[in-house]
Formats: sequence, structure tokens, C-alpha cells
Amino acid sequence: MMDRTNEIVNVNKVEHWYMNVQGDNKQALKTVDLKIRPGEFVAVIGHNGSGKSTLAKHLNAILLPDDGAVRINGMDTRKPEHLWEIRRQVGMVFQNPDNQLIATLVEDDVAFGPENLGIEPVQICHLVNEALASVGMNDFRKKAPHLLSGGQKQRVAIAGIIAMKPNVLVLDEPTAMLDPAGRKEVLRTVLKLNREDQLTVVLITHFMEEAILADRVVVMEEGRIVMEGTPRQIFAQVEKIKSLGLDVPPMMELRHRLALEGVDLPEDILTVEEMVVALCPSD
Amino acid sequence: MLRDITIGQYIPGESALHKLDPRTKLIAVVLYMVGLFMANNWQGYLFVTLVTLGILFLSQIPLLIILRGIKPLMIIITLTVGLHIFLTKGGVLLWEWGIFHIYENGLRQGIFMALRLVYLVVITSLLTLTTTPIVLTDGLERILRALFVPIAHELAMIMTIAIRFIPTLIEETDKIMKAQMARGADFDTGGLLQRAKSLIPLLVPLFLNSFRRADDLALAMEARCYRGGEKRTRMRQLAMGGRDILAFVTIGLFMLISILMRS
Repeated sequence: MMDRTNEIVNVNKVEHWYMNVQGDNKQALKTVDLKIRPGEFVAVIGHNGSGKSTLAKHLNAILLPDDGAVRINGMDTRKPEHLWEIRRQVGMVFQNPDNQLIATLVEDDVAFGPENLGIEPVQICHLVNEALASVGMNDFRKKAPHLLSGGQKQRVAIAGIIAMKPNVLVLDEPTAMLDPAGRKEVLRTVLKLNREDQLTVVLITHFMEEAILADRVVVMEEGRIVMEGTPRQIFAQVEKIKSLGLDVPPMMELRHRLALEGVDLPEDILTVEEMVVALCPSD
Repeated sequence: MLRDITIGQYIPGESALHKLDPRTKLIAVVLYMVGLFMANNWQGYLFVTLVTLGILFLSQIPLLIILRGIKPLMIIITLTVGLHIFLTKGGVLLWEWGIFHIYENGLRQGIFMALRLVYLVVITSLLTLTTTPIVLTDGLERILRALFVPIAHELAMIMTIAIRFIPTLIEETDKIMKAQMARGADFDTGGLLQRAKSLIPLLVPLFLNSFRRADDLALAMEARCYRGGEKRTRMRQLAMGGRDILAFVTIGLFMLISILMRS
């Protein structure tokens, strides 16, 4: 087949329904199409109930599509024989840092994934060292998880995924329960893994200042992808973003308000620095 | 405060006992118990006492900590000793007061019982004092697996998760308690029934949250390719060395001598 399969994640016309006991079914995903290339950093935003978490859970076969297909490196998530390889390739970090650490020591927790894969003990040691180093948590390897801060716990959770040598890192609102310092810590780690180690990242978030770091932003609303593009393209459409009930990054908001007052500025200002340059162009 | 609690009662150290393989320690405790229960005369108990003191010395655990471990058991020990002293008949009558009689055999039986209980507690607490809960769980899993117990891995996993979540749940209890107190809940006054009732607003959210946690944890474990104990490897390898062989020989000899000294 002459299919151009250089996408690592291929979500093709996926539909998903949640059924409940009463029999009133709710459609969580409506014909969702999404292709992600290796090394890409994609942010998925949307307010609660927009289907972004449901989409994330489709990427490692925790949920299966009711219609359409999800392929990871060409493997269909509905085929049971691919299940464990897909779960290894697509690592997932969840929202609550307390509820995803399993072991009583940091290093044991990072080893949990590789142990499940049946890797040789010596090899696991290497993987754990590498993974802890890549999130900067080497000094904490002998600590108990409950003694760590929220940000540190999330970094350990990320290390636990990295140790399985995944191709894609899916983070489902990893910073929602963290303080601002912890949020920065986690984001810096994610960015480093994406930029330096060329890891494909899918970040589900409702913080716009996190979304602007991505290569591509996907906006979801009622189970559909309603907008897609670079952060600049997306957030330049201030009115549309607001009508979807989402926040606009502060500098975008400022540019928008200045524009309404007649101050003409370029459309794609994201950061404070860019705003300063735009307002005072003379060096 | 609550964050600093330690699980189990492990005391870090570098003693010979600390360095033993957990499997060796677990099996040795069983063998020691056999030896202890075999002793039934003064010579036997003297021998057991000497060996126990020797093990205690090897562990380098301060005596005070050991004594603190025995303290909560004082009531049970006193009760058992009392029953034996007053109810066992035989031998010379030593003391009499109304309906109470103490015979020679009773006294001896009482002392033996006391020693037996104290040594039992001392040795089992030495096990947990010199072994971290994680290593102990590891050792237990491997012993159970060697005995072909079918759910060895599951048991060990349950223990690990329990140990992992004890501090988290304590923290949460603390939080809920404060939240309920801020809403006017009263946990410290009233009779027993009243107090038990006042725990309901604490227990309900705690249980609900635990179920939610269990759900999340199961999802996270599945996402990390957990599929039970089959094909699973372990990073931490246990290795027995010369030290462990020496320990087995010593405890084996102890058991043997103890059996031979039986009268």
C-alpha cells in the first residue's frame, strides 16, 4: 500500500460513546481526525467535557474507538496482539501525581514499567538511571514518593514512562494539581524531552501558557476538533477562542485590546518579549 | 509531623543481621520458633536465652527499642503467666492464700511461658527492625513462589501498594479531619458511641477517595503494561552469600541442640 505512514499517531474518523446504566449514551468523540508526526509537540486544549481526555485514552488503547481507527506506528489499537507494544510505545502520565506511583521507593517505581516488560535486571538498572537522569531526579532515587513535592512526583511519573523507551509521551493534564513552581518544573522537563531527545509529546491541558509552547495546538469542543494550527495561528483568533470558553494567553489578549483601541500590532504576538519589541521597535 | 511517619519499624544499620538476605531471615525466624517451642526444661531455656542474647547482640539494635516493643504485650504476658502459675498443679506447694495455691510446676510453667512469649516477640521484631518493608515483601514473594503458592506475586503487590499508600491516606485523613472541623465537626468529646458516630463524616469521604485512587492506580498500572506476575522481572535481585549459609548452619544447629536437650 502506498500509504504515507510517517505519522506515528494516526487517529482516523474516531467516534466514541460513553454508555451508562440508565441507557442514555453520550457521544464523547465525533469523527476525530488527528495525525501526529514523530518528534512533534502537540497540545490539546478544550474545556471540561470537550473530549480531550477521552482522545488521550484512545492513544494507548485504554479506550477503543467505537468507529474509525487509531493506529500507532501502523498498529491498530483494536487488535489485542498489539496491545502491550502500543502501551510500551505510548506512555501516559496522568493528572494526580499521588495515584500513579506504585512503589515505595522512587527507583522501584521507575523500574515498574521495565519490570512489567520482562527486561533483564541489569538492563533495567541502566534504563532507570537514564530515565531518572533525563528528568533530573537522580538525587531522589532512594526517597519515598510521599516525601516529594507534586512537581517532583510528576517528574518521577514521567521517568517511569521514559524508562520504557516510548515513542510518544501523552500527558493528561499533568500540571492541573500542581502549584506554579511545580508546573514550571514539569513543563521544563517535557520541553527538554521533546527538544533534546526528540520525543513525540501530546499534552492535554487547559493552561494556555502551556499550549503556546507546542508546535501545534488542537482545540476540542463537544467531541470535535474545532481548530488546529500553530499556537500563533490559533491564539490570534482571540474572539473565537473566547467563544469556546477558553482563555487567551495574556499577551494575545493585550494585543487584541490594543487593536480594538486602534493600536496596530502584528497578529502573532505570544510572549512579553515580542510585545516589548512590537511596542518599542527602536532596538 | 504526619508526613514523617515511618512505615514498619526499620532501624537503619550495618550489622550482620541487616545484611542478611530477607529470605534467610524469614526462614531463620521459623526455625528459631521451632527451637524455642522445643525447649521444656531449665537447661533448654538457658540455651535458648544465650542464643537469643547472641542474636540481639549481633543486630546492634539498642535494648531500649526492643523493650519498648515488648511493653504493649505486658498484659497478655502477665495474664498467661498468672493463669499458668495458679492453675498448674504438681510438685511442692510453695504458697497458699485462701483458694490460691502456687505449686512448683506452676511457677516453672509460668516462667517458661513468659520467656517463650518474650523471645517470640523479640525475634519477630528483630526481623522487622533490621529489614525494610520493601525488602521483606520481596523476600516473602520469593519464598511463597518457591513454595508454589499461586498468588505469591499478587500478595506481594498488595503489600507494596498498602505500604506505599499508608502515608498518603494518613495525610488525607488529616486533611479531611481539618476540613470537617472547620465545618464544626467535633471528634474529641462525647461518649464512646458519640465519638464513633462523629467518625462517619471522616470515614465516608476517606473511603470514597480510596476507591477513586484505586481506580486511578489501576489505570496507571495498566498504562505501564502491568499484566500480573507472569513474565515479570525484578530490578532488585536478591543474592545469598556465605553470610546466609553461616546463618542457616547456626540456626539449624540451634534447633537441633534444642530438640536434643528436650526432656
